[in-house]
Amino acid sequence: MSKKNWPLWEVFIRSKNGLSHKHVGSLHAADDEMAVENARDVYCRRSEGVSIWVVKSTEIYASDPGKSEELFETAKNKIYRHPTFYDIPKEIGHM
Amino acid sequence: MNLEQLEKEFQARIDADEKIEAKDWMPDAYRKTLIRQISQHAHSEIVGMLPEGNWITRAPSLRSKVILLAKVQDEAGHGLYLYSAAETLGIDREQLLHDLHIGKAKYSSIFNYPTLSWADMGAVGWLVDGAAIANQVMLCRTSYGPYARAMVKICKEESFHQRQGYEIMMHMANGTEAQKRMAQDSLNRWWWPSLMMFGPPDKESTNSEQSIKWKIKRQTNDELRQEFVDHTMPQVKYLGLQVPDKDLKWNEEKKGYDFGTPDWEEFYNVIKGNGPCNKQRLDARIKADKEGEWVREASMAHYEKKQLKKKVA
Repeated sequence: MSKKNWPLWEVFIRSKNGLSHKHVGSLHAADDEMAVENARDVYCRRSEGVSIWVVKSTEIYASDPGKSEELFETAKNKIYRHPTFYDIPKEIGHM
Repeated sequence: MNLEQLEKEFQARIDADEKIEAKDWMPDAYRKTLIRQISQHAHSEIVGMLPEGNWITRAPSLRSKVILLAKVQDEAGHGLYLYSAAETLGIDREQLLHDLHIGKAKYSSIFNYPTLSWADMGAVGWLVDGAAIANQVMLCRTSYGPYARAMVKICKEESFHQRQGYEIMMHMANGTEAQKRMAQDSLNRWWWPSLMMFGPPDKESTNSEQSIKWKIKRQTNDELRQEFVDHTMPQVKYLGLQVPDKDLKWNEEKKGYDFGTPDWEEFYNVIKGNGPCNKQRLDARIKADKEGEWVREASMAHYEKKQLKKKVA
């Protein structure tokens, strides 16, 4: 095995203008330019994108699934943040 | 939380049809099974490029050549989606390739058969990709998120593969007498290995039961094989060709075909490394890896040099 392997990059693709970039997978490349070129070949062979973002996988800091509860639980109690919490009379129509 | 509780919760998530994601807790055996299965699948895509690559320079027209090139390039892409799905489980690419090269990791044994005529480009696309699709459609609903997502993308692309293969078969089967003979000969050689692609019969399949419990697999080998035969037979009839199985006949009661038993001895023998092309396939992979090494090293050196310049500037 060679000593210095190409790092792993995460690939994000904007499928068309007006939509946000979406994670599609990852790939190996020596540098950012090669990562974009490889992403074109690996993830955009059928006009899947108009823009590509790549970021080194090691540069992504992710939340811990084991701590999901404390991170996301509080939002669950705040049901008054949703429009359906409020009763609006039918006569008023759409609001 | 102790291990038993964690495992219980994990199974409850699976039973509730939740997807498991890369950083979630999972039993070691689940992780190992996935690494084995996904990498085997990735290797199959990459090794699968070889029998078809064999015909690129001899494609009978420019049209068929660009199509075959696109298909083989797709297989490379599929291999890469799968390797990256496997890597989310904490194993690196180098290790996966190393395991392939030393013969520790397997790939689909069908690619150890040779492609002898242009009709084989038809039969491979139609039958081999067709059998792969049956398996992969099921895997779009597999419990591991990154694997399922890779499969969705692959399935969208595979449909082109099968159609282009069937188109070749149609041309050959409706062509000259010699072309018809080639088409029939090709079907004769690829039919049984295609049925073997679904793996050993359920009663002998060691990995099946646990994989179904974990919803890695959603259908058994025998169920998928039956589905494939039922689905493919109308296509065989349309071509006016015969499958090499005298036991194959419609069973009105089960609304499906009865068919013969593949030669499982041959199947195990090919897996063990004694198929017609095992050595050739593995040698080709090892050669490609070795000959590409200087490119990988040079591009890293180039990158490091660029970084250094940036620092100085």
